[in-house]
Amino acid sequence: MYKKGIKSALPIVLGYLPIGIAYGLIAVNSGMNILETVLMSLFVYAGSAQFIAAGMISTGATPLSIISTVFMVNLRHLLYSASLSTYFKAIHRRFIPVLSFFITDESYGVSITELENGQRPEPGYFFGLFITAYAGWVASSLIGALCGTRLGNSANMGLDFTLPAMYIALIMMQLKGWRKAAIAVFSGLLSLALMFVIPGNGNVIISAIAGAGLGVMLNRWTKVSL
Amino acid sequence: MDKGFIITVIGMLIVTYIPRMLPAVGLSRLKLPDWLLEFLDYIPVAVLAALLLPSIVVQNGHIALSLSNHYLIAAIPAFIAAIFKRNLFIPVIVGLAAYILLGIF
Repeated sequence: MYKKGIKSALPIVLGYLPIGIAYGLIAVNSGMNILETVLMSLFVYAGSAQFIAAGMISTGATPLSIISTVFMVNLRHLLYSASLSTYFKAIHRRFIPVLSFFITDESYGVSITELENGQRPEPGYFFGLFITAYAGWVASSLIGALCGTRLGNSANMGLDFTLPAMYIALIMMQLKGWRKAAIAVFSGLLSLALMFVIPGNGNVIISAIAGAGLGVMLNRWTKVSL
Repeated sequence: MDKGFIITVIGMLIVTYIPRMLPAVGLSRLKLPDWLLEFLDYIPVAVLAALLLPSIVVQNGHIALSLSNHYLIAAIPAFIAAIFKRNLFIPVIVGLAAYILLGIF
């Protein structure tokens, strides 16, 4: 089961590579040293929040303002955690607080999609997937930090399209029936519209909640149950 | 490493970990009502679409519906591949190949 998890994490690692390197470069250029850059990846493990924190550190923001911004940006993990909780019922309770640390947009997206497509919720699968993705993130931020100012943005190599392509694959694997397709279109468009109005990742949280709420109502209106 | 940085990272750890952990630990103990299960069943597609669309349509802070937006153009073959192959690897490889080719030509 570890093996299945590790294999499933490979697209995530590929996608983290350019983003982690970019984070490492930006962090070092905003005045953090190599150790600090990697410690943040080890302890926080949240890409967009780390970018924002590095930027705020370079402008001399206070710890309190950085922490409260990161809190807002990372609130969407509440939804992922709630969503995975239905599958975590099947594993031993003591694993849940540990596994929760590794929930990201990508590790959530891949695991929930595979679980819905028949993957059994076993600790080995979760640890294989989550720790491989985590190692990929930490390693690529170390590479970025080591390269420092020498490399510029040429480390990209086109890999920055990996995560959007992965989201497309994950969405298509989830689409069963017209209701989910309709909700995907609704949430996507709402998120696009709201991103110009709401700072941080607020657009993602609000449009996901609105979309899922609308989905529940669609089920009622068109009389289906799960 | 100064004190301010250590406080910042510990604070970031706490405010990031708690939303990741609380629902998983709390809700996995409970028997959830049907409407909440249905709600949670829609969350993955809703959230993934909410992440995807801005990432391929918006470039440099503006909506870019044009041929020069390589994210948008490369999304088309990735999407077509995903229709035929419902797995993770093939659409990612097809999308990446298309994106890299667009960068070359």
